Amino acid sequence: MFDFLEGYDLLGAFWVTVKLTALSAVGSLIWGTLLAGMRVGPVPVMRGFGTAYVNIVRNIPLTIIIVFTSLGLNQTMNITLGATDFSAINFRLAVLGLTAYTSAFVCEALRSGINTVPLGQAEAARAIGLSFTQTLRLVILPQAFRSVVGPLTNVLIALTKNTTVASAIGVAEAAYLMKGMIENEAQLLLISAVFAFGFIVLTLPTGLILNWVGKKLAVKR
Amino acid sequence: MKLRKVTAAASVALALAVTATACGGDDSDGDKGSSGGKKITIGIKFDQPGIGQKTPDGKYTGFDVDVATYVAKQLGYSAGNIEWKEAKSADRETMLQRGDVDFIAASYSINDERAAKVDFAGPYLLAHQDVLIRANDNSIKDPKDLNNKKLCSVTGSTSAQNVKDKLAPKAQLQEYGGYSECLTGVENKAIDALTTDDSILAGYASQAEFKGKFKLGGFKMTNENYGIGVKKGSDLKAKINTALEKMVSDGSWDKAVKANFGPANYKNEPAPKIGNIVK
Repeated sequence: MFDFLEGYDLLGAFWVTVKLTALSAVGSLIWGTLLAGMRVGPVPVMRGFGTAYVNIVRNIPLTIIIVFTSLGLNQTMNITLGATDFSAINFRLAVLGLTAYTSAFVCEALRSGINTVPLGQAEAARAIGLSFTQTLRLVILPQAFRSVVGPLTNVLIALTKNTTVASAIGVAEAAYLMKGMIENEAQLLLISAVFAFGFIVLTLPTGLILNWVGKKLAVKR
Repeated sequence: MKLRKVTAAASVALALAVTATACGGDDSDGDKGSSGGKKITIGIKFDQPGIGQKTPDGKYTGFDVDVATYVAKQLGYSAGNIEWKEAKSADRETMLQRGDVDFIAASYSINDERAAKVDFAGPYLLAHQDVLIRANDNSIKDPKDLNNKKLCSVTGSTSAQNVKDKLAPKAQLQEYGGYSECLTGVENKAIDALTTDDSILAGYASQAEFKGKFKLGGFKMTNENYGIGVKKGSDLKAKINTALEKMVSDGSWDKAVKANFGPANYKNEPAPKIGNIVK
């Protein structure tokens, strides 16, 4: 029944999906945290930038962002991100696009976490003479992160599935292999089921583990 | 009181359902709905200029559309009684097996895997994998020249796989979701050639906005036998074959080829013999 799988590098394709997810997750965690810092910060220009970035980026369809990285950044503006052949360039462009998109959601999840930290914490921190960045870094963010593990897990699971959009610019991840297999094998339903199962294998444990971690870390108030 | 609320809700739901179906009916019938008679449903591509395309004003154009219209006429359905459905490459077998469409003419190359699932009438066109290059590009004269070039095709398509495996393993391959993205790349020189079936390429090059910008390589790298797909065991196959033979013998086939691929300087193969699949 599953003999149509022969000759295809299923694991290799899912490995690319995992790499895309991991790199974009790290990237968007960093950039999303910076954005959240900007949005709660005292500098009006940065607050304005953060708000504008989040509201623009999260409202653009991901496909458009990804295709733009290739057609706009790469082909029109000749940005190669330090790679020479198409497969490496496209992979890096996809990570860039996914990071830019996902960080908007990370920022908003984190900002909701910051809002759960009682105001007295920040006031106390200022009272003992900590600067804004110190307050954020040492007092607010550690507590905020602990309360948003759940929402961030959602973002991570969404990111894992969003990597399939990278096939629109030819990154050889799972959805890319799926398209090729459907073209060759004329087994639409079975092939889709195999790939859907593959994604569940990736995301279900992520969800379970991080839920457990979230419960452990949550600040009991 | 409570009962009356339920009744009110139910009648609202019913009213909505009725209006919704009314809208649906309008959509599918289109402007030709009044012609009456039995209808036939045909699957075509909606996004391939020259092959099968739905224009913004709701008309259908292309070689596949012309062939399908002719065949439908021979089967006893006037042009007004044809209902066109989009048959995306991945959906074609399922659509036939489920009976969503009566037959499919959608740049459907005959191969063994597909022939195991559906029956093919025809072939009605012999296409070849080819490249589309900028009209002023003289560096690609032979398929071997492709090896250090940048090629583009549609993600997962047979043409893209052929390039990687056989035709030009050393070429760089960019894959996009659609041909239009590739053409943008070829136009602004980020990519050297778009590769897929020459019939599709000719269709693109014949578009008004691209006229004179691109040319076909003429390399004939593979053989693609376009057939009309019908449900396995369907008696339509024989009837469609007869219709196709008639289309070739009365000259309509030539006319359709000229009308759809002509402007691209596309040298088409003579009409293939029914059942003669060129490997």
